[in-house]
Amino acid sequence: MMGEFVMPSLGADMTSGTLVEWRKRPGDRVARGDILADVETEKGIIEVEVFESGVVERLLVEPGTKVPVGTPLAVLGEEAGGAEAEAGAVTEAVTEAVTEAVTVTEAAAVTEAEAVTGAEAFESAYAGARGPATGVRQTPSARRLAREAGIDASRLEGTGVHGTVTREDVARAAAPRAPAKAAPAAGERPRISPLARRRAAELGIDPSTVTPASPDGVVHARDVEQAARARPAPQAAEPPGAAMRRAIAAAMARSKREIPHYYLSTTVDLGPAIAWLEEENAKRSVTERLIPGVLFLKAVALAAREVPEINAHWAGESAPPLERVHVGVAINLRQGGLIAPTIHDADRLPLAGLMAAFKDLVKRTRAGAIRSSEMSDATITVTSLGDRGVETVFPIIVPPQVAIVGFGKIVERPWSVDGTIVSRPVVTATLGGDHRVTDGHRGGLYLAAVERLLGEPEKL
Amino acid sequence: MTHDEIRAVVVRSIESVAPEADASSLDPKVDLREELDIDSMDFLNFVTALHDELGVEIPEADYPKVKSIDGCVAYVAAKLDAARAG
Repeated sequence: MMGEFVMPSLGADMTSGTLVEWRKRPGDRVARGDILADVETEKGIIEVEVFESGVVERLLVEPGTKVPVGTPLAVLGEEAGGAEAEAGAVTEAVTEAVTEAVTVTEAAAVTEAEAVTGAEAFESAYAGARGPATGVRQTPSARRLAREAGIDASRLEGTGVHGTVTREDVARAAAPRAPAKAAPAAGERPRISPLARRRAAELGIDPSTVTPASPDGVVHARDVEQAARARPAPQAAEPPGAAMRRAIAAAMARSKREIPHYYLSTTVDLGPAIAWLEEENAKRSVTERLIPGVLFLKAVALAAREVPEINAHWAGESAPPLERVHVGVAINLRQGGLIAPTIHDADRLPLAGLMAAFKDLVKRTRAGAIRSSEMSDATITVTSLGDRGVETVFPIIVPPQVAIVGFGKIVERPWSVDGTIVSRPVVTATLGGDHRVTDGHRGGLYLAAVERLLGEPEKL
Repeated sequence: MTHDEIRAVVVRSIESVAPEADASSLDPKVDLREELDIDSMDFLNFVTALHDELGVEIPEADYPKVKSIDGCVAYVAAKLDAARAG
């Protein structure tokens, strides 16, 4: 018995999440790292992975259900035995579990009133903001399936949370058209009272979708009203990106409220790094090419080993240094907002591997396919303003981390080398440090290590 | 490969790095980096997508030649012609 798979915490400020879609069914085998479900958070729809191998025994939460972090979502079992859950029992268990989950939700609402307000609007900022003006939301798997099947998913009507297009919606669209469902036989019009017809028009209900309650099979006004009540409340229209803005606001307000930041800055001569990159890239195929940003990531990760207290999570009273270095990479979303998924063990990846991971991460972030393990466990973050921004950023720490490193754009500046002024590419590297954990002295040693490492790119 | 076919691949490659953009309605002469606000990583992913689909290597030194859709189509067409001739 492996136990329960619970709603993961995908960031310090996440209190609950909405199960958008199950990617596995009861009886399916899962291996560590497989994606079990899509979960919607304020940061968008995230692919949630399992951490153990086994068999899905039961799914406990129905798509569309919003549950607090820690709520059991599914029961996973050992490979052998218990694999084939009976459909009937599963349905029952799901109903039961959903009731349970709802109770938990209520309880959480009382104790975490403030937090729940933040988590209230569970629109997908991420998916919602994406896409042309229509802003049709799709789960990552739906998007992939649609691409494979050559279907324009943005034209589909989503049945998922808040109209999100799910994989099932795409599959349905891709399947050859099934015979029209139980439509009234030709010439047979649905029977409906005139009053009911009028009420339906007023309430915006399609009369043919209303089930008559009375045995005469005629749709009455009260049936229409019932259908109108049962209809999900329309979502308040929100400008794209609003939910993500709220999530950023919550995390940054908490950071500025709780963390006494100190800031350090140094100008780094990138002459050697840029020259080395040009030389390397001339030898490499496009698929293996490197960019300066990957050198920054590696230097930040390696320097964290030298000054380990920089690489930590604040744990209430102190921040014990962490063994592994997982670097969060702040990625600007062009539709608005920002997300900082993680590259694990960045200090141990060779440059080529780090570059591949970085490349893949940016691509998936753009396409909206970030995984749960990439959303939660960064130990230090890098924010790089890219080629078209400004020279200096004063970065704000992402709780519960205790440090963040910023890089401005690379610029050509006069630089003194052996008493002669030359033109050199330089970058301003900054550190936002948590004064509860480190002082400017240790922070300075850390930033100096970053600078030193960038001066010897061939060793990265 | 005709220019139109190359153009279709170019547009698809742009959309793979900027899914929020409607690349087919872009002015084919504008600088993609400026127009779509794409950074060096996105641009590398774009060049990689072109490589994967068409087998064309674009050295860093040639990046300025492929910064617009038109530039890109002309560059790729010339490369493919050269490969066939060679």
